[in-house]
Amino acid sequence: MKESTLKWESGLSVWLNAMRRDRKAAAGTVIISFFVLLALLGPLLVGDPKAPVGMPLQPPSAGHWLGTTGQGQDVFAQLVAGARTSLAIGFGVGLVVVAIGGLIGIAAGYFGGRADGLLSLLFNIFLVIPGLPLAIVIAAYLPTGPLTLGLVLVVTGWAWNARVIRAQTLAQRRRDFVAAAIVSGESSFRIVACEILPTMTSLLVAQVIGSTVYAIGAQVGLEFLGLGDVSAVTWGTNLYWAQNDAALLTGAWWTFAPTGISLALIGFGLILLNSGFDEITNPRLQMEHAWRTHLRSRGHEPTRSTPVVIER
Amino acid sequence: MGFYLLAAWSALTLNFFLPRLMPGDPATALFARFRGTLGPEALQALRETFGLTNAPLISQYFTYLGRVLHGDFGISVAYFPSPVLEVIGTGLIWTIFLAGTAVVISFTIGTLLGIAAAWWRHGFIDTCLTPALAFLGAFPYFWLAMVALYLLGFTLGWFPLGHAYGDDLTPGFSLVFIADVVRHAALPIATVVLATLGGWLISMRNTMISVLGSDYVNLARAKGLPESRVVLRYAARNALLPSVTGFGMAVGFVLGGSLLTEIVFSYPGQGYLLVQAVRNQDYPLMQGIFLAITLAVLGANLLVDVLYLWLDPRTREAAL
Repeated sequence: MKESTLKWESGLSVWLNAMRRDRKAAAGTVIISFFVLLALLGPLLVGDPKAPVGMPLQPPSAGHWLGTTGQGQDVFAQLVAGARTSLAIGFGVGLVVVAIGGLIGIAAGYFGGRADGLLSLLFNIFLVIPGLPLAIVIAAYLPTGPLTLGLVLVVTGWAWNARVIRAQTLAQRRRDFVAAAIVSGESSFRIVACEILPTMTSLLVAQVIGSTVYAIGAQVGLEFLGLGDVSAVTWGTNLYWAQNDAALLTGAWWTFAPTGISLALIGFGLILLNSGFDEITNPRLQMEHAWRTHLRSRGHEPTRSTPVVIER
Repeated sequence: MGFYLLAAWSALTLNFFLPRLMPGDPATALFARFRGTLGPEALQALRETFGLTNAPLISQYFTYLGRVLHGDFGISVAYFPSPVLEVIGTGLIWTIFLAGTAVVISFTIGTLLGIAAAWWRHGFIDTCLTPALAFLGAFPYFWLAMVALYLLGFTLGWFPLGHAYGDDLTPGFSLVFIADVVRHAALPIATVVLATLGGWLISMRNTMISVLGSDYVNLARAKGLPESRVVLRYAARNALLPSVTGFGMAVGFVLGGSLLTEIVFSYPGQGYLLVQAVRNQDYPLMQGIFLAITLAVLGANLLVDVLYLWLDPRTREAAL
């Protein structure tokens, strides 16, 4: 077997290499970078998204690429301006949710015993209480705005992460290297931070990506129901106004189609990025990938059975 | 069982403390809405109907628990003077019908497709249908529903644009009425099924593939059993277990998510009521609906646990 096919890669070039090799990771990176750039720079390039610029509900034309809304605003400007808030809340909530879930999950998994029992009970209860109705009820009592939305999404979203991370911590806790660290008298904090956390990098990244997908979707859903700040321009409020202005029943597809397609692209891009990242960081998948390429290069179709390659 | 009681109690407690923790209380909000038409004594009366008396919190709490146990959720503001329980009752049937049918259909078709995808690995289902459904899953659910309503309801006119049954019909067990209900429910259910099918397919496919590689399946093959028997009786039965666990959570997800379905299709279920309640600041109704949905989800999860005991003998032994 050639050295290069199964060689371990390391260093900063891992990501670039992976992008060259793994089409999923490359496509995901391109999609997400595009939308992040759009969110950062876009609002500087388009005009005021709330200013009326023409007749209401005009179909796409040269002047207004995506037509106008029920209030005569430019749909394209609203799409670009909405990306900033929606993505900021999405990525922000994704990070916070994993931080909280991680803290609680690691505490439960590492300390075990009564702490584990209590914390597990807490997140299991949060898991079984349906999230969207709870989010609606909380949002209804709080003043509307991005902060409320973020808070609501964190309250309803952390439990799943806590559960997954607890299970993983529990599995790592039983490993020999953790036992060795305990015996050598290292502090709990050091063991968690230096021994257990690094083994969970790929899981944590997957959790952040998954939580971001959830946060963007749930946020848009809540805003669509009118629970966000309806005077702000976000993707959710765009859809809320499209529904309120009866866009569906007047055939104005351009008021809701672009937002939905952007949302789907972001979700799809994040999922691609996730599976690409999994492929890079999961040694087993990497090995399997290498095996498959290797077998194919010799004209074999990979099957379920363990392949034996005889070197000549 | 104990867990579900504890979860139900937590939901009740959450429901009690939420309005009390939040800035501004529902009674004052309502009072502000009827500015000028209500006197200060009305505010006091309103506060009392919400259970926001000056009594200490703990006694308020027990009064609240007692009232809930007697099925007294207060009076709806928007549907005054109907009690909340009555308003919820009409909505809950529609929601359970819609969400229940959708989950069962989606679970059945998705699981069967998952088995097929694992059976003919790298076949059409595995390589084309699975990614296509995963791509559909990336769209926000309610947006797919909007597009379906636009294309199939508005443009093509194949389906009605909303409501649970035609305005000209009176509810009853007549064939015409049932046919009309099915016609109205078809598109909402189809959109939920389409959006959730991918999840079932992928989870079943992945478990099936790992189960198909296990020793007892190899043994069954080695015994010379027909392939269909190996796949269905040996592999699929065991691969079903994780999907059944997911079923409980999915019921909660779809019951909650059906709120969005109902908004898009103006379907008169819990979700439609809940959003109306939020817009009208009808706090008693809002909280009653939250409790009703939560209890329905808990009930569904309990059912799944019982089903699991029946499916997996190992858990039965552990429980005994």
